[in-house]
Amino acid sequence: MHIPDGFFNGATSLGAGVVAAGGLSGALRQSTARLKDRQIPLAGLVAAFVFVLQMINFPVIPGMSGHLLGGALAAILMGPSVGVVVVSVVIVLQALLFADGGVSALGLNLINMAVVTTLSGWFVFRLVRAPLPPTRRAVLGASFVAAMLSVVASAVVFVVEYAIGGVGGVSLTNVLALMAGSHLLIGIGEGFITIAVVGAVLQARPDLVFGAKDLASDGAERLSMRRFWILAGVAAVILLGLTTFASANPDGLMWVAEQTGIGADARASATASSPLSDYGTAGLSGAAGTIVAGGIGIVATFLIGWGALKLVRRRSTA
Amino acid sequence: MSGGHAHALHVHGHSSVHKLPGHLKVAGLLLFVAAVVATPARALWAFGLYAIGLGVVAGLAGIPARFIGKRMLIEVPFLLFALLLPFVGEAPYTSFAGIRISEAGLLAAWTILAKASCGVVASILLAATTEIPEILAGMNRLRVPAAIVAIAGFMVRYLEVISDEMGRMRVAMAARGYEPKMFWQIKALATSAGALFIRSYERGERVYLAMVARGFQGTMPTTDDSPAAAIDIARALAIPALAGIVAVLALVGAR
Repeated sequence: MHIPDGFFNGATSLGAGVVAAGGLSGALRQSTARLKDRQIPLAGLVAAFVFVLQMINFPVIPGMSGHLLGGALAAILMGPSVGVVVVSVVIVLQALLFADGGVSALGLNLINMAVVTTLSGWFVFRLVRAPLPPTRRAVLGASFVAAMLSVVASAVVFVVEYAIGGVGGVSLTNVLALMAGSHLLIGIGEGFITIAVVGAVLQARPDLVFGAKDLASDGAERLSMRRFWILAGVAAVILLGLTTFASANPDGLMWVAEQTGIGADARASATASSPLSDYGTAGLSGAAGTIVAGGIGIVATFLIGWGALKLVRRRSTA
Repeated sequence: MSGGHAHALHVHGHSSVHKLPGHLKVAGLLLFVAAVVATPARALWAFGLYAIGLGVVAGLAGIPARFIGKRMLIEVPFLLFALLLPFVGEAPYTSFAGIRISEAGLLAAWTILAKASCGVVASILLAATTEIPEILAGMNRLRVPAAIVAIAGFMVRYLEVISDEMGRMRVAMAARGYEPKMFWQIKALATSAGALFIRSYERGERVYLAMVARGFQGTMPTTDDSPAAAIDIARALAIPALAGIVAVLALVGAR
């Protein structure tokens, strides 16, 4: 998702830079109290952690390997304002030290990968947690949904940006379908990693999880099943709506899929040595063209999330 | 990035490019890339001049072309996307060897190819000729908020430590006969990521305490704030300024 130079026109890049600078300075002001001294080394170490996590790549389609964005994770662990600052530092240094992401597209990359993922992740996290009891399972479930939707939100914002000033003669429907479809898959991976990281930290140092400061002691955890399923239903309806929107022009997407052979071959990514590069998530995205497939994907997502919750829980009670 | 090496892009040297102050080089990079992005895609000659400019800098700095070529691989994913554009773009179409090609898509593909390559090479040249502390000091002098620069400094300092720690955990797992490769084994990796976070965080706490013990007051001391010599400014900004002129000419020519 690191946008290179030239992918967007100059005015859009500049405007995005202004917006990103505004967002970043706002986040910085918010977090100043906490960042004053103690948090600076801490934030630096967490930034290094996010950087290392972003090396985890999973191939999605040829030319698009999803890597962990870590925005939702940073927000849940450090709080939204510090999260924005930390992920922003990662993005800036990737552009300056590693030539990853164009310097002129820095504003766009900051908006997509630092601001939108972190804030939307935090928002969803709070939203999902609000009706649930303060339990470990609620925190983990909210983490999964937040991480997954933060990636989709980032993809949708990319499409909005593309509509404003993207280069290229691709129809928006195609871009939207491609981005939303593939990022739903990336989001599942993101959700998995986020839930497991938050779970592991909750287990060892629960005081470090900013988003679970209110958590009651581990003994009193009960999540009403009815509440869980109602929530899952609402989320599924929202997601299905998104997918329907994404595939409003299924013919176009099908044509793209045919033309480009998306899903036909999983290309070895340039980062073949990264820990997740062998995961075969490619080959699924071609099916995202129809609403039915979208629905199946959503159901599968929830089953997978459910399974992940079960796994984490089994370990914590063992 | 398998090694997770913080200085992966640096090429040690003593050339005139290496010696320029960091903030001038960062500013030069911004100026140059801005010029490239503003250039209309149809002005082929302008991109030729940009390539020559980058070549001159690389030559002065003694950065081998092979090194740059290898590092350019980072833009491959987006270039593949760019190469799809002629086939998925919109009308008007032309045909080439019996394949329908979108003209707008073709132009977009060229735009991305040319501009992204110029940007990546320019960024590589900055990273190759500038030590990380200099880039950070440069950010500081360019009025990037001090907290951001300080966090970036710690991140860079501990990047290798953290990625080595991740590597050690993977080795430990492999030594115990478990090498997760499949998607359903993701939990093992993710829990090590959780452990990694705790180790990172606790290391951060220790670093902070060590700094306080050495008199840390909450702000990092800044070194060398002397104004840049005029000759350095001229050297650092010469090619970006020329690029700016080229971009203006190309814009005028496109009218």
